[in-house]
Amino acid sequence: MRAMQPYETLDAVPAPLLDIRDLRVSFDTPHGLVKAVGGVSWSLSPGETLGIIGESGSGKSVGLEAIMGLIKSPPGHVSGQVLFDGRDVLTMAERDRRQLRGEKIAMIFQDAMSALNPSLTVGTQIAEVYRLRRKCSQAEAERKAIELMDRVKIPSAKTRVGCYPHEFSGGMCQRVMIATALALNPQILIADEPTTALDVTVQRQIMTLLAELQREDGMALVLITHDLGLVAETVDRAMVMYAGRIVESGPVDALFETPTHPYTRGLIRSMPRLDGASGALHAIGGTPPAAGRMPRGCAFHPRCEQRVDRCLTERPNLRMVAKGQAAACHLAEETRHD
Amino acid sequence: MPYLLRRFMQSLLLLFVLISFVFVVGRIIGDPALIMLGTSASETALDQLRENLGLNQPIWQQYLVFLGDLVQGDFGVSFRYGFSMMPSDALRAEGTPVLPIVLSRLPATFLLAGTALVLAFSLAVVLGCLAAMYPRSWIDNLVNVISLASVSVVQFWLGLILIIVFSVQLGLLPTGGYGSWQHLILPALTLAARPLGRISQVVRSAMLDELSKPYIAAARAKGVPEWRVVFVHALKNASIPIVTITGDELSQLLTGAMLVETVFAWPGIGLLLIDSLGRRDLPMVQAGICVVAALVILVNLAVDFAYTVLNPRIEMDNRGGRA
Repeated sequence: MRAMQPYETLDAVPAPLLDIRDLRVSFDTPHGLVKAVGGVSWSLSPGETLGIIGESGSGKSVGLEAIMGLIKSPPGHVSGQVLFDGRDVLTMAERDRRQLRGEKIAMIFQDAMSALNPSLTVGTQIAEVYRLRRKCSQAEAERKAIELMDRVKIPSAKTRVGCYPHEFSGGMCQRVMIATALALNPQILIADEPTTALDVTVQRQIMTLLAELQREDGMALVLITHDLGLVAETVDRAMVMYAGRIVESGPVDALFETPTHPYTRGLIRSMPRLDGASGALHAIGGTPPAAGRMPRGCAFHPRCEQRVDRCLTERPNLRMVAKGQAAACHLAEETRHD
Repeated sequence: MPYLLRRFMQSLLLLFVLISFVFVVGRIIGDPALIMLGTSASETALDQLRENLGLNQPIWQQYLVFLGDLVQGDFGVSFRYGFSMMPSDALRAEGTPVLPIVLSRLPATFLLAGTALVLAFSLAVVLGCLAAMYPRSWIDNLVNVISLASVSVVQFWLGLILIIVFSVQLGLLPTGGYGSWQHLILPALTLAARPLGRISQVVRSAMLDELSKPYIAAARAKGVPEWRVVFVHALKNASIPIVTITGDELSQLLTGAMLVETVFAWPGIGLLLIDSLGRRDLPMVQAGICVVAALVILVNLAVDFAYTVLNPRIEMDNRGGRA
């Protein structure tokens, strides 16, 4: 509970839609217990767009799977609280949790092509949950599928509703995924790297579409990505994750203007720029720690240029460094005044 | 050429090769006349049979006559089936056409093999899915033991044990014969053991494979109930290897039926073949083998057809080559 203290003040918006408190996820493996997410707390307000940034293995996807109740136990262990509208998702019956999925929280995945069932038509998949929950006829489900395909701007939806995923391009598959997610008008859409597998122009189209849908439906969007450019353009607030923990969070403008954690600064410096600044791209030295071999103290210290002795032994807690901005670094204050 | 048409042509070719093989083997294993009449037959009787069957003509001519007869559905006549007298006496009689006899045995074999397959398949799918849903659990272990045991068990031994337990000791079911559903139970169980084991193992591994794929996580994430995730989403994609092994096992069933039919005196094509072998009734054996071979080929063709229905991608992939 200690770790969430600073957060009480971080989220100024009252009554969050989703409130994550001290979420921890670990897995039994042949090499012992491996922590994937270690004590993460955050919240999401209705209609908000939140970005979660991190490298592969930083625990961003696992954390969201835990929120959706998709972690299989055993081998997974999930603790903490995931409050949706005040009810804890982690302790409710599987039946209720399934009801929540799709109906309240929907998710789209990184590689839409493989996240669609290859042997069911896209129409069946889009309207599947709608048909199960609303108990409607096949014909009505198909009408709904066509309507949703129109909404995500899939051309000639009427004729393509009976097509299979392999007959669609990657971008169109992602649109199908989005249509599937929208079927029951969820309040939260979690997008796990929705554009990673797509080429740049298609990425832009998908993000524009998501923003449009969000505006129309007023749903909250959680965008998981390692693409900082995408974050800068789309989200209101962002969290940076490293080795299963949040290392920095705050309004996206503040994060980009005054990044406080050395990892965030490293990430921003390693972005390619178009504004004339030339020279070699900056890279953060070293590699993220393997999930089983977490360093003592601050998990980032082996790669940090500014580490002091304290970083080797004591793990920094996330604390406020400016209005709405928090960082988990012993040197946060010093860094900001440099 | 469309995929299925090409497969059909291949099947015809295969059938032709098989029939030729049957002809050659029938001539290689010895003098057919001698085989049919036995070593005690007189030289006159042998000559007469050779004359009757055209065995004194050159081999290639015999082959062409054989093929020509087959095309007309004439598999020859049996001088042994239904004759209780000495073979040499039978020669004077007309002989019985073999094909109608072979075909008349088919329903019994179909009934036995079909029941065994339905039994094995449905049980195997349920067991395999359960094992895949709870890998490394006690259910998984139990399924593993069941499938291993049922694959390894020797069919005629299992048949005999079932007869001893259920017919002799408990007196619940008849020891053999044909006619009622009670007669069907023991042979069907015996015959179902092997396919049950093999299919459930394939179902398990195919389902494990599918259940770890991203589209399964996506289906769960959108709130699809677990039974539907397993039995609709995953099973449909796992169905290709399952259908393959089932088709394979169905061919095996037709041959396995031979043993089981013998153990249970089940009047199918298998029992007929075994009896005919004992009677050294060459035309009957040839006809039986050709019919069984044709059935096996037909089953394989049906499996290929099932692929195209189950997997919408196969028809397309095959335009460029084998999928």
